[in-house]
Amino acid sequence: MDLYPLWNSLRIAGISTAIIFFLGILAAYYIAKAPRAVKGALDVILTLPLVLPPTVVGFLLLRLLGPRRPVGAFLLEHFGLRLTMNWWSAIFATAVVIFPLMYRTCRGAFESFDESLAAAGKTLGLSNTYIFWKIRMPSCRPGILAGTVLAFARALGEYGATSMIAGYTPGRTATISTTVYQLWRINEDGLAFRWVLVNMAISFVVLLAVNLLEKRERRR
Amino acid sequence: MALTVDIEKRFKGFTLRAAFEAGHETLALLGASGCGKSMTLRCIAGIEKPDRGRIVLDGVTLFDSEKRIDLKPQQRRVGLMFQHYALFPQMTVGQNVACGARAFLKGPALDKAVADALNAFGLAELKDRLPGQLSGGQQQRTALARIMIGKPEILMLDEPFSALDSHLRFLMEQEARQVIRRFGKTVLLVSHNRDEVFRMADRVAILREGQIERIGTRDEVFRDPGTRAACILTGCKNVSAIRRLDDHHAEALDWGIPLALPLEADTDTLGIRMHSIQPGEGENAFRCRVEEVIENPFSFTVMLRPVDAKEGAVPIGWEMEKPAWERLKAQELTVHFPMKDILQLRG
Repeated sequence: MDLYPLWNSLRIAGISTAIIFFLGILAAYYIAKAPRAVKGALDVILTLPLVLPPTVVGFLLLRLLGPRRPVGAFLLEHFGLRLTMNWWSAIFATAVVIFPLMYRTCRGAFESFDESLAAAGKTLGLSNTYIFWKIRMPSCRPGILAGTVLAFARALGEYGATSMIAGYTPGRTATISTTVYQLWRINEDGLAFRWVLVNMAISFVVLLAVNLLEKRERRR
Repeated sequence: MALTVDIEKRFKGFTLRAAFEAGHETLALLGASGCGKSMTLRCIAGIEKPDRGRIVLDGVTLFDSEKRIDLKPQQRRVGLMFQHYALFPQMTVGQNVACGARAFLKGPALDKAVADALNAFGLAELKDRLPGQLSGGQQQRTALARIMIGKPEILMLDEPFSALDSHLRFLMEQEARQVIRRFGKTVLLVSHNRDEVFRMADRVAILREGQIERIGTRDEVFRDPGTRAACILTGCKNVSAIRRLDDHHAEALDWGIPLALPLEADTDTLGIRMHSIQPGEGENAFRCRVEEVIENPFSFTVMLRPVDAKEGAVPIGWEMEKPAWERLKAQELTVHFPMKDILQLRG
């Protein structure tokens, strides 16, 4: 069994989660503080990828990044960089799909933060930087962790947009989910089943990690 | 005066206008919830910004809308204890207390100050606990230690005992009184509990819908609350609007009885405390029917309705110690309202 799809899935999920970790927190922090009208509008736009079918996300990404489309054509012409059909092309797809998960869970965490803690910190003379890193962030940590793990898990399972923008090339762009589909399509049920088991094992470990984290947070 | 406050802040359907001064004393802001008393503290602390006005503490202008002065909360040296203490949940008791001095002490000096504060508040053994593992009283002590370590110029307590049960409340009140005595500077106490206010404050300001209705020494305000709202806030349960007959006679509309007393020019409401009513003949005596007898742990509250009262009259509450009612016990009896105990109010 060639383990390339496992390695590829993990690195795509890992890298996109790392990017979205920062973008999601930033977006959540500023939008939680934004005036109501701005908040409502931005919220709809940023949450859209969560409810759109992944194929629609894939279609839109191809429209933007495809070799004959604005951004894709520009980069291909000036840098010889082709944005689609590489292993890392899938990162575009997974990042867009998992962004709302990270953003929403973090926003929930920021919004449920008890502002009187920050106010108390100020009257005690603590700097705003100290309050952000030592008081606000630790209180929001469980939410941020949960968002990160969920985003990672969702990235691992991404199929629709990934298959459209990165395709399926064994040993190059194959991920676990696209591999399972291909193996099933060519009647390699036995091998497909092994990958299903691999996928279930990973999901199991991820969910177990979430539960352990939650338990530890609750004990604090 | 150590503290001068004269501020205005608009809200939806209500404007806070607080103007008062306080020396090195305990001033209580007494009012129903939502009257703006906590907001006043938050404005002094710099967490909320008034629309206009000025706040001066010990000669330092904290806020002045005309001179465009608005010091950050960090620069104000005010100690504000939040209603639920606002302890940092991820930090131990020791770390929480250290936060109060972190802005001006470092290293060994900070450690020493924290150790001293923990000792002073009896928290040394709880140093490594998290706030979630403390009792309500221990949480309050931690919050006080965290404030006092920073040597504030003013101490502000926002409903300090409301989160505690009655026994703990009694104990913590004593501790707080000691802290206040040692502090010796201006203390503002926000509360809606008149007993607490009476026991702790030198002066009392009554707030209603964002306005200070009455301010004076504790005894003045409790003896002569002045307005209907103040009267009720100081614990008087019997209040009635009046129709003036002449300067010495009025009809109490809610109670449905005539009363004789020298009326002040602007009196339009009268009050009488539940324990000021006396049995037997005397000034303003009435025959009353006993409508209900309510037993309290150490007293009886007897609900009276004057026999001559008109339809729809509100019963009058009369409170007395248990043995007194055991002796009187009747379906119908005569009581009187001594003139000096009738509170003259403006609605």
